[in-house]
Amino acid sequence: MRGSEILESMTDSGNEEVAVIGNTDLTAADLHNNTNNTMTEEGVPLLKKMEISVSEAEKRTGKNAVNMQEIYTVYLIETRPVDAITEGPSAAPDSLWRRYSEFELLRNYLLVTFPYIVVPPLPEKRAEFVWHKLSADNMDPDFVERRRIGLENFLLRVASHSVLSKDKIFYLFLTQDDGWKDVVYDTGFQAKADSRLKALNATFRVKNPDKRYTELKHYSDELQSVISQLLRVRAKVADRLYGVYKVHGNYGRVFSEWSAIEREMGDGLQSAGHHMDAYAASVDDILEEEEHYADQLKEYLYYSEALRAVCRKHELIQYELEMAAQDLVSKKQQREELATGTVRTFSLKGMTSKLFGQETPEQREAKLKVLEEQIVEGEELVKTSNAECDEYVRNAWIDIDRFKEQKNQDLKEALISYAVMQISMCKKGIQVWTNAKECFSKM
Amino acid sequence: MESESTTSSAQVNGNLAQTVADLSKHMLELDEDDDLEVFSKDALINQYKLEEQDIKDVFITVDCPENHVTSIETFVTYRVITKTTRSEFDSSEYEVRRRYQDFLWLKGKLEEAHPTLIINPLPEKFVMKGMMERFNDDFIETRRKALHKFVNRIADHPILSFNEDFKVFLTAQAWELASHKKQGPGLLSRMGETVRAVAASVRGVQNRPEEFTAMNDYVETFSQKMGMLDKIAQRIVKEQKEYLEGMKECGPVYTLWSGSEDQLVEPLKAIAGCIDNCCKVTEEQVAGLSENQVPILHEYVLCAETLKAVLRRRDNIQAEYESKVDALASKKADKENLKHTDLSFVFGGFLGKNTEEAKQQKEQRLDCEMKELKEEIGRLEDKVECANNTLKVDWERWKRNMQSDVKSAFVDMADTNMNYYKKCLAIWESFLTSQKTDVHLEKDTDS
Repeated sequence: MRGSEILESMTDSGNEEVAVIGNTDLTAADLHNNTNNTMTEEGVPLLKKMEISVSEAEKRTGKNAVNMQEIYTVYLIETRPVDAITEGPSAAPDSLWRRYSEFELLRNYLLVTFPYIVVPPLPEKRAEFVWHKLSADNMDPDFVERRRIGLENFLLRVASHSVLSKDKIFYLFLTQDDGWKDVVYDTGFQAKADSRLKALNATFRVKNPDKRYTELKHYSDELQSVISQLLRVRAKVADRLYGVYKVHGNYGRVFSEWSAIEREMGDGLQSAGHHMDAYAASVDDILEEEEHYADQLKEYLYYSEALRAVCRKHELIQYELEMAAQDLVSKKQQREELATGTVRTFSLKGMTSKLFGQETPEQREAKLKVLEEQIVEGEELVKTSNAECDEYVRNAWIDIDRFKEQKNQDLKEALISYAVMQISMCKKGIQVWTNAKECFSKM
Repeated sequence: MESESTTSSAQVNGNLAQTVADLSKHMLELDEDDDLEVFSKDALINQYKLEEQDIKDVFITVDCPENHVTSIETFVTYRVITKTTRSEFDSSEYEVRRRYQDFLWLKGKLEEAHPTLIINPLPEKFVMKGMMERFNDDFIETRRKALHKFVNRIADHPILSFNEDFKVFLTAQAWELASHKKQGPGLLSRMGETVRAVAASVRGVQNRPEEFTAMNDYVETFSQKMGMLDKIAQRIVKEQKEYLEGMKECGPVYTLWSGSEDQLVEPLKAIAGCIDNCCKVTEEQVAGLSENQVPILHEYVLCAETLKAVLRRRDNIQAEYESKVDALASKKADKENLKHTDLSFVFGGFLGKNTEEAKQQKEQRLDCEMKELKEEIGRLEDKVECANNTLKVDWERWKRNMQSDVKSAFVDMADTNMNYYKKCLAIWESFLTSQKTDVHLEKDTDS
């Protein structure tokens, strides 16, 4: 695409054919690798070939980075090739232990390596949206258990992704016990991670934003906001439901004490009291199930962040393209000026020539030559970047579509399972009060 | 109200089935609930069997609260309608207006006349929260229901219902009642009663029969437990209201969310709808508990205080009797001492009095006093026995009533909660059907 064409396309607002600059911080080898990956629509994701689970959690003690003793939790990752199961009954799984920080490392690597993919999120680092009885302590066994499930979910999502599951580092994460961290660091992704983070946080304005991506970014903001609200309200409601059920436990105690002085009513009171105790105790299970629902919502809360990151990356890419195209235009302008000898009075060149006198023809020739080279380079860069960016947009949109499908299905299932939970809670309630009524009637 | 048409057909000698039906209808008005399950038939039949002598022939309703404004004060009056077939009443139907003070007066008179009968409590006189609460609709309605119960319990009582002041209360016009109130024992004699009562309670009773000590212990524990149950019931209502407040915030968030989605619009809106419907059902449940169960428990907290007062009064009567017995014993001892020489007589001899004569005079006086005392003791002995017996009988009566009231309160609570869960279940099941899934309603193993 020639410079003038770029200029034309940039001044057409709302034009879908936006030139995009590829991710310049990837090496050529990486790009090649990624291209191979993205070509696999027909490839089989890892999950089809391998069974993966996070089956256990354990506490360990060790020395941390500043040589101090710390307690941390490790999770057991078990893998087993699918064929092995059909072969022999007791094919033992391969396993290794990983801690949360290693999962984080893996995810950061994936984020940097596949910027156009909506990367599945990890379970929360710290407990958020807790209601009073739920522990915010990372060492609490319930929290650890829910985290274990979340980590397994993360691995399964990555392993079932057509692109991500093929990554070698991911495979090694599941299978290589020692030295995995070194392998990851060797890819040099850390440096890219830093620059990426910096770029994503920078503020810049794109002249011709892609409407689809703008809408998507708005959507991700709305999703994040509404799920946060929902989680907050839900936590409050859980707290209060807990209160209602637990106060009924007091009935149990007082009935029992009262039954001691009553002749005829004593038995009825005692047995009714037992049902009140059972009712009060039942809330623990109910709320634990609700926590799963909350976890499903949280996953999509964090997914919205990942979605937003893809949009931001696109914005950044487009911004860089616009900058580069603008740079090319200005260079061509400079060439124009040099060639024709016209100097615009208000340019720096104009000023300096006024102050220091005009250049010699040789100097001008040299400068022209440099400029020509730069322009050729620039045009070449814009051309290749544009092609790669087209590809970015295409790939990203494929994954975004996939994500939307997944989200709609998952959330619908989540809503249905919420209704199922409510039904179960109602049935339990009916049961308890039917029994209690029977006892009361016998008083 | 339907009872009006059936009252006239209720026979004094009682068609058993008819009266049971009337009783149950009357009880239902109390709860304003058409569900017969609220007052189980078993309790009804039991109560009837044990009170075969008490055929209900006085029907009272308390309703239509109205504000009355005078130059000095504003107060609420309630309409009291009485329908009766008793011969003691001149007419078969009466309608009067009474204010809370009148009910209070009635209670006082009944307690005076029957110190050891258990009279169910009136609703509380004062409201803690402030003056304007007195005219708040909910407060007045709660009070009206309690007053209605109060007079009906008296009407059901085999002894109290024949009390003269009760009759005046039900039948007299406002000015008649006012003048009747002014009659009766004067201020001084009432003060004398109080002084005697205080003196007796200070003295304390010495030989309280075992069964009344047992009653005392029972009342102590009962009072404590009732207090706790009252608090628990109120706390549950409070917590449930807060839960409702929280739930009300949920629906709108789901609706808001549906605005951002395309595929998920329908299920999100459906969930919001379900939650809103559940909120309505929760409101019904809270109302049910507040109106039915909570007031009954609260009434029995007050009742426990009544029981304590009744037991105290009985003790005082016995203490008074005992004090007279002691007085008689000491007078006897004095008479005995007269036989031996007394220094005071020697002293009197110095002053010129005839020792023998003085002795004889004193002896005569003592005999006279002793005779009076013996009469009084006889009277008091009867009084004690009467008080004890009435209390014993009424105690059983009270216990039966308490049992059936408490039972119905808790059965009612169970019903309210059952209905709540049944309605919510229907709401959520309709959501599942609307999503057209064949979901297995078991625990799902999620990914």
